[in-house]
Amino acid sequence: MLHIPCPYCGPRDETEFHYGSEAHVAYPENSANLTDEEWAKFVFIRSNPKGWMAERWVHSAGCRRWFNVWRNTINHEFGPSYKPFTQQPKSPA
Amino acid sequence: MSTVNFTFDGKQYSGQKGESLASALLRNGVLHFTDSSYKDRPRGVMGLWVEEPNALVNIDSGAGEPMVMSTTIEIVDGLVARSSQGVGDLPDTRDNSRYDKVNRHVDVLVVGAGTAGLEAAKKYSDQGKSVIVVDDKPAAGGHLVYLGQAVPADLLSVLDRENVTYLPRTTVQGLYDQGYSVATERRTDHLDSKVHTEMSRIRTWHIRADHTVLATGAFQRHLVFANNDRPGIMLSHSAATYVSNGANPFKSAVVVTVDNQGYRDAVRLSQAGVTVNAIVDIRNNPSGPSVEAAKAAGIEIITGKTAIDTCEKEDGTVKCVSVGNPDGSDAACIDGDLIAVSGGWTPVVHLATFVGIKPTWDAKLAAFVVKHSDSLTSTAGMLAGDFGGDDNAEIFFGPTLTTEQALVAFVDYQRDATYRDFKRAIDAGMRSIEHVKRYTAIGTAHDQGKTSGTVTMGLIGQAIGKAPDEIGSLTFRPPYITIPFAALAGRDRGLLSDPERTTPIHAWHVASGAPMEDVGQWKRPWYFPKSGENMHAAVLRECAAVREGVGVMDASTLGKIDIQGKDAGQFLDMIYTNMFSTLKVGMSRYGLMCGVDGMVFDDGVTTRISENHWLMTTTTGGAAKVLDWLEEWLQTEWPHLEVYCTSVTEQISTVAIVGPKSRELMSRLAPALDVSNEAFAFMENKHADVAGVPARIARISFSGELAYEINVPAIYGLHIWEAVMSQGADLNITPYGTETMHVLRAEKGFVIVGQETDGTQTPDDLDMSWIVSKKKDDFIGKRSFSRADTARDGRHQLVGILADDGSYVIPEGAYIVAGADANTAPPVKHIGYITSSYDSAALGRSFALALVANGLARKGEKIAIPMADRVVTGVITDSVFVDKENTRRDG
Amino acid sequence: MANMTRRRTVELPDHPDFLWVAEQKPKKSYDVIIIGAGGHGLATAYYLAKNHGITNVAVIEKGWLAGGNMGRNTTIIRSNYLWDESAGIYDHSLKLWENLEEEVGYEMFFSQRGVMTLAHSVSDVRSKQRNFYANHVNAVDSVWLTPEEVKEIAPIVNISEDIRYPVMGATFQPRGGIAKHDWVAWGYAKAAADLGVDIIQNCEVTGFDIVNGKVKGVKTTQGDIAANKVGMVAAGHTSVLANMAGFDVPLQSRPLQALVSPLLEQVLDTVIMSGAVHVYVSQAHKGELVMGAGTDSYNSYAQRGGFHVIEHQLAAACELFPIFERAHLLRTWGGIVDIAPDASPIIGLTPVENLYINSGWGTGGFKATPGSGWVMAATIANGEPDALAKPYALDRFISGHLIDEHGAAGVAH
Repeated sequence: MLHIPCPYCGPRDETEFHYGSEAHVAYPENSANLTDEEWAKFVFIRSNPKGWMAERWVHSAGCRRWFNVWRNTINHEFGPSYKPFTQQPKSPA
Repeated sequence: MSTVNFTFDGKQYSGQKGESLASALLRNGVLHFTDSSYKDRPRGVMGLWVEEPNALVNIDSGAGEPMVMSTTIEIVDGLVARSSQGVGDLPDTRDNSRYDKVNRHVDVLVVGAGTAGLEAAKKYSDQGKSVIVVDDKPAAGGHLVYLGQAVPADLLSVLDRENVTYLPRTTVQGLYDQGYSVATERRTDHLDSKVHTEMSRIRTWHIRADHTVLATGAFQRHLVFANNDRPGIMLSHSAATYVSNGANPFKSAVVVTVDNQGYRDAVRLSQAGVTVNAIVDIRNNPSGPSVEAAKAAGIEIITGKTAIDTCEKEDGTVKCVSVGNPDGSDAACIDGDLIAVSGGWTPVVHLATFVGIKPTWDAKLAAFVVKHSDSLTSTAGMLAGDFGGDDNAEIFFGPTLTTEQALVAFVDYQRDATYRDFKRAIDAGMRSIEHVKRYTAIGTAHDQGKTSGTVTMGLIGQAIGKAPDEIGSLTFRPPYITIPFAALAGRDRGLLSDPERTTPIHAWHVASGAPMEDVGQWKRPWYFPKSGENMHAAVLRECAAVREGVGVMDASTLGKIDIQGKDAGQFLDMIYTNMFSTLKVGMSRYGLMCGVDGMVFDDGVTTRISENHWLMTTTTGGAAKVLDWLEEWLQTEWPHLEVYCTSVTEQISTVAIVGPKSRELMSRLAPALDVSNEAFAFMENKHADVAGVPARIARISFSGELAYEINVPAIYGLHIWEAVMSQGADLNITPYGTETMHVLRAEKGFVIVGQETDGTQTPDDLDMSWIVSKKKDDFIGKRSFSRADTARDGRHQLVGILADDGSYVIPEGAYIVAGADANTAPPVKHIGYITSSYDSAALGRSFALALVANGLARKGEKIAIPMADRVVTGVITDSVFVDKENTRRDG
Repeated sequence: MANMTRRRTVELPDHPDFLWVAEQKPKKSYDVIIIGAGGHGLATAYYLAKNHGITNVAVIEKGWLAGGNMGRNTTIIRSNYLWDESAGIYDHSLKLWENLEEEVGYEMFFSQRGVMTLAHSVSDVRSKQRNFYANHVNAVDSVWLTPEEVKEIAPIVNISEDIRYPVMGATFQPRGGIAKHDWVAWGYAKAAADLGVDIIQNCEVTGFDIVNGKVKGVKTTQGDIAANKVGMVAAGHTSVLANMAGFDVPLQSRPLQALVSPLLEQVLDTVIMSGAVHVYVSQAHKGELVMGAGTDSYNSYAQRGGFHVIEHQLAAACELFPIFERAHLLRTWGGIVDIAPDASPIIGLTPVENLYINSGWGTGGFKATPGSGWVMAATIANGEPDALAKPYALDRFISGHLIDEHGAAGVAH
């Protein structure tokens, strides 16, 4: 049971959240102009690092807000969490 | 001490209240507890607590429990136990005991109430922190309790402090990330032998601690020599403790040791009246206070030697131990009906390894220890290597054995795994502890290698000339000891296993005898049978009533999302494939939404209540998913849009009245409302009082018939339903359920997301290209439509299927082949499958919807459906069977 | 010891006296290097040698042989998949299973005790029936069971209509079953080693030697090793390897947990899966219940998941199998599964010449072990995708030709 630091509510149990995978993958503004390869990259490719990653969660059973957080996929340690469209803190690595 | 009576293997015994079953059996002179799992060798108790590898029992009294360690059972009156040969019984009766769970946040969790744990609790309590002390034994004090010594009062009293919670008989089963622990508390088994249905038998604690102190202590380990498993061969600390408490079936003993612990235990045995014939010590020059004490007690000490083999008495218990050099030479027997073995201490590293903290090998202590301290976790006591300074253990796990001796030298007692098995593993190329374990089954039994783990690592090291820590690290997995499934299920059993969601009208449905359909967590009435009717007859009747008269359905389970804000229209244009921003106030529109992959994801009708206020409906099962989806786009992609979404599914009851006579009924329910087609057109919404309740009425239809959906605050749902039933009585108002709804919509060719779709259909595939806007620059999913596979010809498309035999309802899910392949045996190329299939009152025959490759171009083609017992033939048709011209929706 | 009724377990036979060379060191170069000594990697090496005569092969493993998902799965074997492509590769695999013990000369406890997949709602029945009919046209054995028939095959299932999600039917594949995972891996390892394959453990890949878009070898913790061809068969670590080789794969690594009970009297002689309530259970030869849970939702390489997943699963198990109430949880563990967007594997060529990929088996890898090794060996040997592997190429994510097994396969395959 991860203890996830919601930047709005504070740390809460994992069961209150839904996972949103890698953060900072923006919806392409010019999707019509993308090649199929470029489009597939947006639709299907998410980085899957072994170590620190910036990822998204939504506090579904709490404030219902999406946020970003650094987390280490090797040992589940959390780094700083931050609100969308705010300055991304440096990787704790 | 009061006396309690219990039964073991059908025989009555008595023992002292509070002592363990193992202790009580020893007190009664029982040495032979059971036979080993595979080799049927007699076995007795070895240990004192959860390290016990042999003495397992099935409990038949109280709640009943398979295969538990007799060393951990506190005897109570009426206890009935049966020896176990390593296999648990599963009686075919329910366990009606109560199990529950508690969540607790705390500053500090201390695991273990031995001296080290109590000291830690005191330290943190002194700092004003909230502390939970969890200990798996009945009393605090750790080894001091075993030694019969008083626990210092200043430590013991810590447990009574206001900021300290002490949980005895509670086992921390798992330590997880971010200071999360799971513990199980045994609350009733030590009280009596009853089934407890009020007080919970086992309570599962979920503890979140800012800091966790592991003071889990240590177990003694055994040595691997020939016939080291006979009843009467015990760990020395265990034997000395039982005997000191008066559970003493022994006259004479030999202590075999690698450290000074053996000496302390020899002295205790001697003080309790057992004649210690010798201490056999592998070390050549033992020293230290404990050695001196044993000498002072006059016990003979044999150095540089160890146990090689043992002999048995007629009853299978141990008679003597043959003592020789570590290479096996020069062996001679010494008598003893107790052979007490001290093979060194093994700290309880389990919890640390659960979170990836690696134990380190301490050669001076001959033990894996965990010296760890960070903000989340720290260790103390024997786990941290604090052995008290008078042990001087030799790194030794057993003598050189002949092949024959190796066959009966046990490494893992419960698995009957011997030194010979171990040696074969090494010879076969196994080097990792994990491979040796899998090759031999060592460490896989109920005790998960609590005693055998370090012994095996040590033996591998001895065999290939490496230190134990060069072999790999000891890794354990939760739980620490076994837990009944029912305890972990807790209260989530029976109807509490998953929440049930019901509408405000549910009680009426139940009272009317409607069978329920599970739709996600919702309970929805499936159909409303009249007396003597089966489902088929009921559904035909309900369908006919709707098409010819008027029916009523509870549509309250549909997901409803209130959407407000000045940019809501623009937002909906991105979410849906069709245009919403142009929708006029007061109008509703059906919409499809796709994922970014272009596949249909959900559908529903969305209404523009006012300029900046919308109400979206979703599928019953998709509501939460859709709300998350909307929020994801709003919050993470388009925060500049001013749009607010709120789930109002539970706030609104929706009662749909459907059929040609619904207009008449609507006018009765809302006399002030002009229900004429001119005044209240298809897809329009009106606000009016219905049966005295302010309502929003929508002229939308999921059947093709004239229909009105009456939306009211949820608390009025039942009131509206009852009003509909009474006002519609003379119109033969007919309540209908999900099945009739499905038939009616299928007759009209309307899809159900999740039935006509499986996540691989585009709107085009569903013959709904009309709903994909050509005007919009973009919407979610649009770009995916032009991918090679998505844009290709020949994709599966929605069509109708009519079986040649109209009395036959093709099974849903059945696969379709071309007519020419009707008689081809499988494997056969298929062209699609049936998504929906029903008998139709309106058509007077069966019909089906299907997804067929290039189906829209194949209407009129013959098809076949091969099944195990028959081949059904039919024809591809259009997917709309009733009222293609939309003439019925206006009544 | 009077009046006692004790049950005994069965003892498994011994493993062979010799399996593989302990602490094997790598040669300077090989024709083929397989990264990952899990079941799929070992099977690939075996079929390279056996089917294609390529024996100058090394299987390199960062930890110990079969210590990843191969040693952590719930050993379910079946081929009753929904889509034709899946039926193709999984049924080929099942056919290989049916002769595997004889072929490699190793006891694997392959037991065709049948696999039952329960349906708990009207829509669940519909989708399971579709699966059942799909199997019929693909000639994959499958039977539809009523709740009463479920009870006949598995008397411990609670088919009462009063439980929260009653059993409404089930598909049953009689040819499905279980095997003992370690024995399977060791059988392949020994058979491959006997044919000349080097099995090199504690040898972690730290990079690739790639020249002009062509792989020339791998850099490892035991030094550089040259190779004409390299196959990545690394399950949860595939993304890490692919990134080292300079390309992306659409995979996410997630924890998948399983659990086992102590030995219990035999009460279940088939395999039962219920995607709707997250219960997957069989009872192994010696008597332990082996159960799989769902995946955790987040990326992880930690080989551990959340305990609430286990608790939820045991609650569901007690509902469906009341006799399990007293069973004990002995051990839980986690593996790292690599999941593709369509819950189907990725097999074939990569953007790097002579570097091949076999990954994305998600929760369903064990049953595919023989088939996966077979098609991967053929793909490497021929330098082009085997016919059964072709639909699983990486480029399907560009064309959109996904093989979506989410719907019918549920969480655990």
